[in-house]
Amino acid sequence: MYEHLETAKNQTNLKRIVVDPVSRVEGHGKVTLLLDAENKVQQARLHIVEFRGFERFIQGRPYWELPVLVQRLCGICPVSHHLAAAKAIDQLVGVDPVNLPVAAEKLRRLLHFGQVFQSHALHFFHLSSPDLLFGFESDISKRSVIAVLGAYPDLGVQGVMMRKYGQEVIRMVSGKRIHGTGAIAGGMNKSLTKAERDYLLEGIDQMVEWSVASVELIKKVHCSNLPYYDDFGTIRSNYLGLTKPNGALELYHGGLRAKNDKGETIIDHVDYCHYNDYIHEEVRSWTYMKFPYLLSLGKENGWYRVGPLARVNNCDFIDTPLAEAARVEFKAHSGEAMVHSTLAFHWARLIETLHCAESIKSLLNDPDILSHDLVAQGEKRYEGVGVVEAPRGTLFHHYQVDENDIVTKANLIVSTTSNNMAMNESVRQVAAEYLSGQELTEPLLNNLEVAIRAYDPCLSCATHAMGKMPLQLELINAEGQLIDKLVKHSNGDIERNSHA
Amino acid sequence: MSKTITIDGQVIPFEEGQTIMEAATEAGVYIPHLCHHPEYTPHGSCKLCNVNVNGRTCSACTFPAMEGQQILNDAKDINEERKKITQMLFVEGNHFCPSCEKTGNCQLQAVAYHLNMLDDHFPLFYPHRELDASHAEVLIDHNRCIFCTLCVRASQQKDGKDVFAISGRGINKHLIINAESGLLKDSELEATDQAAHVCPTGAILIKRTGYQVPIGERIYDHTQIDQVSLNSENIQHDN
Repeated sequence: MYEHLETAKNQTNLKRIVVDPVSRVEGHGKVTLLLDAENKVQQARLHIVEFRGFERFIQGRPYWELPVLVQRLCGICPVSHHLAAAKAIDQLVGVDPVNLPVAAEKLRRLLHFGQVFQSHALHFFHLSSPDLLFGFESDISKRSVIAVLGAYPDLGVQGVMMRKYGQEVIRMVSGKRIHGTGAIAGGMNKSLTKAERDYLLEGIDQMVEWSVASVELIKKVHCSNLPYYDDFGTIRSNYLGLTKPNGALELYHGGLRAKNDKGETIIDHVDYCHYNDYIHEEVRSWTYMKFPYLLSLGKENGWYRVGPLARVNNCDFIDTPLAEAARVEFKAHSGEAMVHSTLAFHWARLIETLHCAESIKSLLNDPDILSHDLVAQGEKRYEGVGVVEAPRGTLFHHYQVDENDIVTKANLIVSTTSNNMAMNESVRQVAAEYLSGQELTEPLLNNLEVAIRAYDPCLSCATHAMGKMPLQLELINAEGQLIDKLVKHSNGDIERNSHA
Repeated sequence: MSKTITIDGQVIPFEEGQTIMEAATEAGVYIPHLCHHPEYTPHGSCKLCNVNVNGRTCSACTFPAMEGQQILNDAKDINEERKKITQMLFVEGNHFCPSCEKTGNCQLQAVAYHLNMLDDHFPLFYPHRELDASHAEVLIDHNRCIFCTLCVRASQQKDGKDVFAISGRGINKHLIINAESGLLKDSELEATDQAAHVCPTGAILIKRTGYQVPIGERIYDHTQIDQVSLNSENIQHDN
């Protein structure tokens, strides 16, 4: 591993290279490299430089606002936040997942499949395909979806249309493509009309067909450069995600499963309401994003990856036939129990895209989505935990309310947060193995972004470390000497270390 | 022969005792308003219904219709002033439409759309205002109160209670509750009271009902406030 590159042993006389902002990801982040006289990388970090603070400002609001308010965290995966919050507030009105009306659960699943489908299509076609089709160090003019549309017009249009279809699924279920309503405590506020169902059915076969073609495309890209794709940014890690009780791939509701790098089970079928007994978060001074870890393995070794690679790795099978065939082929290519290649995130993501298309088709043919039995009600509770598999990985929402229905405490572990350590490790791997010792040019630096992009991070979703954030303020004079230093520790204590 | 006034060149009959607002509404002419409600005595505080009567600015909801009045209503400069007033209402409180449960059913939001209000224009005050969630069925979010006094009037005139009042002056104006503790739970308010349902914004809400009406079926999703207002107020008037 490359943890030794998190902080350089000796910070003096190092050159600083900054990639700011990291482009074609959601949100704002930057990469800093510290190089010695021979251009050897001594330190590499991915910093998340924006701050949102939702966990704090939703305190004091009534709980039924949560699904609509919290989804504003993101414009790409609002449905995931909407549904995670909805699952949590279901519990506040005494409705456990088994008691949710069948129609409501199926409509939520349909909404979620639409969301994952559009998000994955966006990521692959709009954000990552320029790297994968033109090369990681291609000319900057080629690094956009516009260049893809120019060189591969059919493929580019296909990506745009796939995203549009997913957005239309979301619109039909929740009223708007972005930031709709839909899920309410204990169920849903509408079902699909026959006209809405038929409208979506019209396009679904094409979506399945294009999804199959995209899996074939990424397989070809990956396997034609196999040693490189299997090594670039690759790290061995643990993996976390939800699975169905029978071990199948699950995106909406299931138990927590974690496996180590050899494929051995760490936890399985864990009720996510008890996530706090298994997962903790660490805060570091140089980034607004926390570092979650599996408690049983500790801070050093307990970090894990989430998202498409984790889910496809973790599950025993996928319950839609075309995606399952793709999964079998995917797992076989590495010859290991787990696929660790960071660039294989793209392959896994497109297998999930295919799974979503197949699942949308199946749900659209299910008459339950037209039912008006949409809301259940039970005894009021004071705490709720909702977990879904968002496009970028496992997403935790945890709320407490008082007797007046007002939110008193909130904890969000957002998917990208779980990949924080992994993204940093991948950045360090690329820096150490592919960049170290070279004269760094702009195209070479894109390699760092390619490694980050594989995770499809949503940096704006993932920054909530309010109140516990350790901070360090240094005053350095023109000669580079440290004049003054102020440190705020994570317990809130402030220490001054004056060198003046 | 009935008496008439003229609004924007349209001759409109009125009955003795009617306000300009009442005569206009009956004739199908919309005058933007927020504090006016046909079932309660006019208050004339929001000033959105300002019209030009024979060269003078008056509140249409309080000013009596009189023979021969020449009135300007749907005029560019008047609507610009109304828009400014609406912008001030937005910046004085904390109105976050994207997550507010009243979105799509909110008169403040709808009138802002009607007046083509595209931004806040004025600096936001971000005042610190409290939520009163103490009542089992009704929630007050003071962030969204525009001091229209409709709840005050509804409680007094329809419910036979006196639950609400406006206290303070100018920028310190605020809604108060008639209870020693100042909390809604200790007041006489019941969820079935008119006062709990009359709020034109999302300040007074029935708890646990938010977002139950899907997008597309909310009051102002497909119809602008002028049409909704004329239809509903004429129905109420006919009744």
